[in-house]
Amino acid sequence: MNEMATTLPAPPAVSRRRRTPLLLGALALLVLAVLLWGLASGATDVGAADALSALWRAAAGVPAQGDDAIVLALRLPRLLFGALVGAGLAAAGVAMQGLFRNPLADPALIGVSSGAAFGAVATIVCGHWLFAGGASPDGVAAGAFVCGVVATFSVWLIGRRRPGVATLLLAGVAINAIGFAGIGWLQYLASERQLRDLTFWSLGSLAGIDWRRLAIVAPCIGVPLLLLPLQARALNALLLGDREAAFLGFRPARVQRLLLALTALMVSAAVAFTGVIGFVGLVVPHLLRLGFGPDHRLLLPASALGGAALVPAADTLARTVAVPAELPLGVLTALVGGPFFLWLLLRTPIVETD
Amino acid sequence: MLALESASYSVHGRCIVDELSLAVKPGRLLALIGPNGAGKSTALGLLSGRLDATRGEATLDGEPLADWEPEVLAQRRAVLSQNVQLAFGFTAREVVLLGRSSRCHRIAVRDERIANAALEATCAAHLARRNYLELSGGEQQRVQLARVLAQIWERGDVPAYLLLDEPEAGLDIAHQHFILRFARRLAHDGYGVVAVLHDLNLAARHADEIAVLSGGRLCACGVAEQALEPQRLSSVYGIELCRMVDAAGTSLIVPRAVH
Repeated sequence: MNEMATTLPAPPAVSRRRRTPLLLGALALLVLAVLLWGLASGATDVGAADALSALWRAAAGVPAQGDDAIVLALRLPRLLFGALVGAGLAAAGVAMQGLFRNPLADPALIGVSSGAAFGAVATIVCGHWLFAGGASPDGVAAGAFVCGVVATFSVWLIGRRRPGVATLLLAGVAINAIGFAGIGWLQYLASERQLRDLTFWSLGSLAGIDWRRLAIVAPCIGVPLLLLPLQARALNALLLGDREAAFLGFRPARVQRLLLALTALMVSAAVAFTGVIGFVGLVVPHLLRLGFGPDHRLLLPASALGGAALVPAADTLARTVAVPAELPLGVLTALVGGPFFLWLLLRTPIVETD
Repeated sequence: MLALESASYSVHGRCIVDELSLAVKPGRLLALIGPNGAGKSTALGLLSGRLDATRGEATLDGEPLADWEPEVLAQRRAVLSQNVQLAFGFTAREVVLLGRSSRCHRIAVRDERIANAALEATCAAHLARRNYLELSGGEQQRVQLARVLAQIWERGDVPAYLLLDEPEAGLDIAHQHFILRFARRLAHDGYGVVAVLHDLNLAARHADEIAVLSGGRLCACGVAEQALEPQRLSSVYGIELCRMVDAAGTSLIVPRAVH
């Protein structure tokens, strides 16, 4: 075999790998375009050129003019937050689909969404026992974050008792059921005003995001986003199953632990301030996988960029279609994402995988 | 050398492999045969490091497998399991490249060349761009074989080992012989190859050495004529077997006709 190695045939000229920089560059441009569009539009139409010069004035330290405050204090943090949340949700979707070897997997499978929702609802309903005048939005976010992480940790504790992902999946189903039972019970206890608050949380919205909240959430999503691509090879190997991945030299249990931790962190942080934003983690990776194949070295960064474009774009639509009212973001993503996903499902030939 | 040294493996107190000693030697194709439940796949699991022996141990170059770093071990031995399922539609070449995925200091172009060469070696080069999920069973098996081959392609000065778990299962007769001929060629190129087989005649035709397992124990090990002794096989499998020699001098193990 060694003598064969010296006369290896040359690889073909074009492979998926060589298209990588092109695709990632195009997606990055798309993110920038969406951000610019979002800065320029809203209840007050600023215009792309004025939005850019507002950014320039802020960067150069020149005194602000006209609508600069709207662009810099309201729209920019909200758009960046949306981009971060979108990137986090999409990357978490990729991680879960790889871990569970199923293109329909979603972070909700590991209990993080129902845990976070339970945490938010519990803080809204029971907050007045802890804080005078009820829980602040920050308190609700903290409750959601902590419960999201705790729910995933419980799922992992149960799931690791047996190798493979089947037990993990079943533990997720059980934890989700318990979480939703808790939510239902709390809704039953809630007052009229609390019900309105928790309904609003569960619809998902980027309203009320400012620089301070962005600064709190940025490391919780940013650090996992940077760490996740390091697991791309392991995720590829895991697509063959835990056993084959181990034969290939990976440590499946360790990879699984890391993926769960990173996903729990990102998704809990993302939904804590915004509420549930559905479909991003499912549609973005699915769409990119259809076009560019399942290699996680490309899929992870591409999905993060795709999510970073999708959520700010959806949020800008939510702000502008019914001015001066705002549509709930979660409703919009599900409303657009659902039919789009159906269209994808129906137009692609089904390949049997089992 | 990859070896089991009086290794036992039991689950819930039931002994599946009992004090088994086996050696997979570079340059040799060893076939593991025996009835269902004889412990063949478990023995392979012990040899691969997937299972830890309850007593005794599995060693590579005298070191217990458990002491090897997974990344290093992956460059020394590759395993072709039964029924490898792939969740997403990789191309055949991407599947083969997965065999290279744990290398730390890698050169991407070299990996691609090795993947292509491995596909060529298993007569699957023409499948390189096809979606793996759309290939036939025989084609998928050849791609998987290329993947495990790519994993241990650069073995350097130290021998590498290939473990095949029923590589012929579900394949037509031409593919069965293709896979086994290929395994033997690898062995003669210097790899140590061990294959769990069900077809006695396939084992007799291609293996350098045959180990017969029964009830978790080794009951014979040697060249085909010694190991496949009809009387012993009859008692191991619980069906009366006899040896037939055809006109060309090839001997076949077949069940004795019942009148």
